[in-house]
Amino acid sequence: MSIKKILNKIDSIARREVSFGKILVGTVILTILAVSTIVIMRMILVPSFTAANNDYRYQWHRVANQEEWKNFKVKYKGDDYCIDCHSEQHKKLLQSVHAKITCENCHGAALEHPENPIKLIVDKKRELCLRCHSYLSYRPVEYKELQTKNIKLKMIKPDEHYPDSNTQCISCHDPHMANFK
Amino acid sequence: MNFNRRDFLKIGIITVGGLMLPFSAFEFLTPKAKANIIHSTNLRWVFLVDIQKCVGCGMCVKGCSTENDAPTHANLARTWIERYIITKDGTIIVDSPQQAYNGFTKHDVHGKHIPIENISKAFFVPKLCNQCDLPICVDVCPVGATYKTPDGIVHIDRKWCIGCAACISNCPYSVRFIHPTLHVVDKCNFCYHRISNNLNPVCVDACAFGSRKIGNLKNPDDPVTQTIMSKPVAVLKPEFNSKPHVFYLGLSYEVK
Repeated sequence: MSIKKILNKIDSIARREVSFGKILVGTVILTILAVSTIVIMRMILVPSFTAANNDYRYQWHRVANQEEWKNFKVKYKGDDYCIDCHSEQHKKLLQSVHAKITCENCHGAALEHPENPIKLIVDKKRELCLRCHSYLSYRPVEYKELQTKNIKLKMIKPDEHYPDSNTQCISCHDPHMANFK
Repeated sequence: MNFNRRDFLKIGIITVGGLMLPFSAFEFLTPKAKANIIHSTNLRWVFLVDIQKCVGCGMCVKGCSTENDAPTHANLARTWIERYIITKDGTIIVDSPQQAYNGFTKHDVHGKHIPIENISKAFFVPKLCNQCDLPICVDVCPVGATYKTPDGIVHIDRKWCIGCAACISNCPYSVRFIHPTLHVVDKCNFCYHRISNNLNPVCVDACAFGSRKIGNLKNPDDPVTQTIMSKPVAVLKPEFNSKPHVFYLGLSYEVK
């Protein structure tokens, strides 16, 4: 079939007289088909994205991700977790001026402590104590966080007070009492 | 159509009055405003840092890095402390050795000793993500990997982030970095896994000096909210208009 014949055929179809009703029905059917195709394809192709509060500028994201962040693993369990078994030591600590220091600051993250790790490794290094107790002229001299009284923040000059860096502070001082042993 | 004088005046007044109504009067009809009424939460996380209480011990940085698997070996941290030293001749010296992971224990700055008598003033500034209300980083993300939750925290979707670093170069506070092993962008999210499970962020727990506090800005009885509402607080770089939500008590103008 030559191209001319095909064109003639199309021409004759186009010139055929069709009633207005038929055109209308055809249009409606085509529209419904098109819309339903788009809707179905959208349901399949578009992942579960959302814009919370209809805020497409700042809150457009994958829904599941917010839950993923909520379920991130907690490593530092907090003092309440430690008190369950070690309430005696915690009571002792609360009496001292170190009351505001949480257990895990020195003892390390609890993770799943009784099972894994079985024993926490305590940071006994001099550097840990020096973080707060090393003398810097611009550090606040008074410690006001205790509810009972304000105390002086004890600061030492590391190169004058037992300058041998291997000396552990805890060989003379008790961190739980914040005093001499 | 026949008009009498009375009808003409009536229709005229209604038409002119209607035309005078500004479009902003229909603000409540916009989708965002409607959604805000329907879905509004009573939670907006906010952070308060008291600079005068910070001693630069760095326990917050240590805790944060352990909790959130931050790459400390690459000297990257989600939160860090900067030491500002202003000498008597007006020089501003800033340092943050290893993001203050081991705290500040020496007077030396950048390996140089500064005599105490030369220091005019010095202070420590803890820094973390500001969880902006209009986050620039979210605006520039080309793949929708970073977003703001209705309670105000900006997150990074680790599955969708392509590591293009557009957010890193656009963040005014430089809180973002590329995680060297995960190859995605990482930053502070106020320990979202902790605050949504009734725990404090690690840095708040670790601070024995009460320098860091977290609160809910939409709860008027919250002590942090009350401090922000009644005390002189400031935010960093307000000129970016990103509405940061980390407030500083005792912020000095030298802090950038």
